[in-house]
Amino acid sequence: MAHRWKSDLNWSDVTPKQAFLNRRQLLTGAAALVASPAIAGLGGAPSAYSTTEAPNTLEEITNYNNFYEFGTDKEDPAQNAGGLTTDPWAVQIDGLVDKPGSYDLGDLLSGVSLEERIYRFRCVEAWSMIVPWVGFELSTLLARVGVQPSAKYVYFETLVRPEEMPGQRRPLLDWPYREGLRLDEAMNPLTILATGLYDEPLPNQNGAPLRLVVPWKYGFKSIKSIVRISLMDKQPETTWNMINAREYGFYSNVNPTVDHPRWSQATERRIGGGLFSKRQETLMFNGYGEEVADLYAGMDLKKLY
Amino acid sequence: MPVSDRINATLRKVPAWPLYIVGPLPGLWVFWLGLTGGLGVEPIKALEHELGQFALKLLVVGLAITPLRRFAGLNLIKFRRAIGLLAFFYIVAHLAVWLFLDVQDGSLIWKDIVKRPYITIGMAAFVLMLPLALTSNNWSIRKLGPKWRQLHKLTYLAVPLGGIHFVMLVKGWQIEPLAYLFVILGLLALRFRFIQRRVAA
Ligand code: HEM
Repeated sequence: MAHRWKSDLNWSDVTPKQAFLNRRQLLTGAAALVASPAIAGLGGAPSAYSTTEAPNTLEEITNYNNFYEFGTDKEDPAQNAGGLTTDPWAVQIDGLVDKPGSYDLGDLLSGVSLEERIYRFRCVEAWSMIVPWVGFELSTLLARVGVQPSAKYVYFETLVRPEEMPGQRRPLLDWPYREGLRLDEAMNPLTILATGLYDEPLPNQNGAPLRLVVPWKYGFKSIKSIVRISLMDKQPETTWNMINAREYGFYSNVNPTVDHPRWSQATERRIGGGLFSKRQETLMFNGYGEEVADLYAGMDLKKLY
Repeated sequence: MPVSDRINATLRKVPAWPLYIVGPLPGLWVFWLGLTGGLGVEPIKALEHELGQFALKLLVVGLAITPLRRFAGLNLIKFRRAIGLLAFFYIVAHLAVWLFLDVQDGSLIWKDIVKRPYITIGMAAFVLMLPLALTSNNWSIRKLGPKWRQLHKLTYLAVPLGGIHFVMLVKGWQIEPLAYLFVILGLLALRFRFIQRRVAA
């Protein structure tokens, strides 16, 4: 039997969908991590970087998404992303790398060891979830393609395919969606490329088949359905920053002391608490300060928000 | 007999009071949905949005009543008070969700009102509507006389503020809020005499 990071039940091969949608309640004892290899699913190995907080349900994680390629309402991605073709999938890797080229997803994934990373996820809109991602560290991919010494930033692009992404039929954003990280942020072990959640392949609305997850930054930095990764020597243009630089900085680290101009970032609402859910305090760097605060030593985060 | 006359004749037999009973039902229904999981995984924002939308729709209907009579001969004046008061009911409910379910922290409320323009504007719209709601009764109309009509011109300020509030709170420029604002401004324009002459001609 497969026992992953909990010992009491094994949803991935024996539990009917309906039952594991309610597993949030069962998971309050999620601290009981059992490290034995999984048989079913993707088999992401447990990680010391995972939080012990109880994850949100699959229903919550897959029905409350910002993915404007599929519409602006939170339910739109769940409704409209079903038709996205994610196989075949290629990622163009270029810029200041030793081995540029178009890499097939299967090729990219061969040889990487998948881990389960249960991370806090904090949206810039002041809501949050706990998500059990499955993925691998971005640094392993970068090492493989060879980052040249002059590279300082990593730039990402989402797929543009209006036939399958109805939101792209309108110029709501300047497609493609673009994001970027400083190279040291990209190399941090917390930064992963995710291919799954709840030990199964990523649902389309969550950014299938390959997305970035940077847990100490606001969610929009964690770009979905990636088709291009480019190493650059200059800070790349990023979508929300292009639209409104005053509201969305390049760094966009979770920071309770720097408000969004239209709402406070001091607190957040954890999805799943219902109509009377209480707000909770937002943590600096979303609680990942120990791992990432050094990256920003000496920087004025009120200016470089 | 023109269609409008026939409709007017029928409507004359329909009383306005059932609106006060039927009107709040959609609000109670969405509250119930929010309680029971029918508004998705984040019911607070969803409820706040639903109530704001009901309010705005009612305000638009309320603004349309005079032009409908002037240009289409349709007489719905009898229902206008109920529509206005229902809009106010939804704004109060919208505000209550914001206060008690969304923001929660009393110390943040004032900060939000002064710091966030879309809240400032929504609040301004609410404050302007308070005297209107309080004087939407026969006694006030009698008591205030011609001043009543002057006072109720505040609608022309309050409703577009509600529309602007909607435009400001969405990310980027989205079509729906702009469409509302466009309709509101159009209905207000029909109050200008020179435009009225053009439309009638
Ligand atoms: C005339 C008065 C008002 C009208 C017509 C109105 C209408 C609306 C509408 C249509 C929405 C958006 C619904 C959607 O996106 O589907 C909205 C959202 C909202 N309104 Fe109002 N509103 C009014 C007054 C207020 C007041 C007084 C407050 C608080 C002081 C307020 C706070 C909010 C908030 C917090 C949101 C949601 C913003 C978000 O998504 O984060 N509104 N309102």
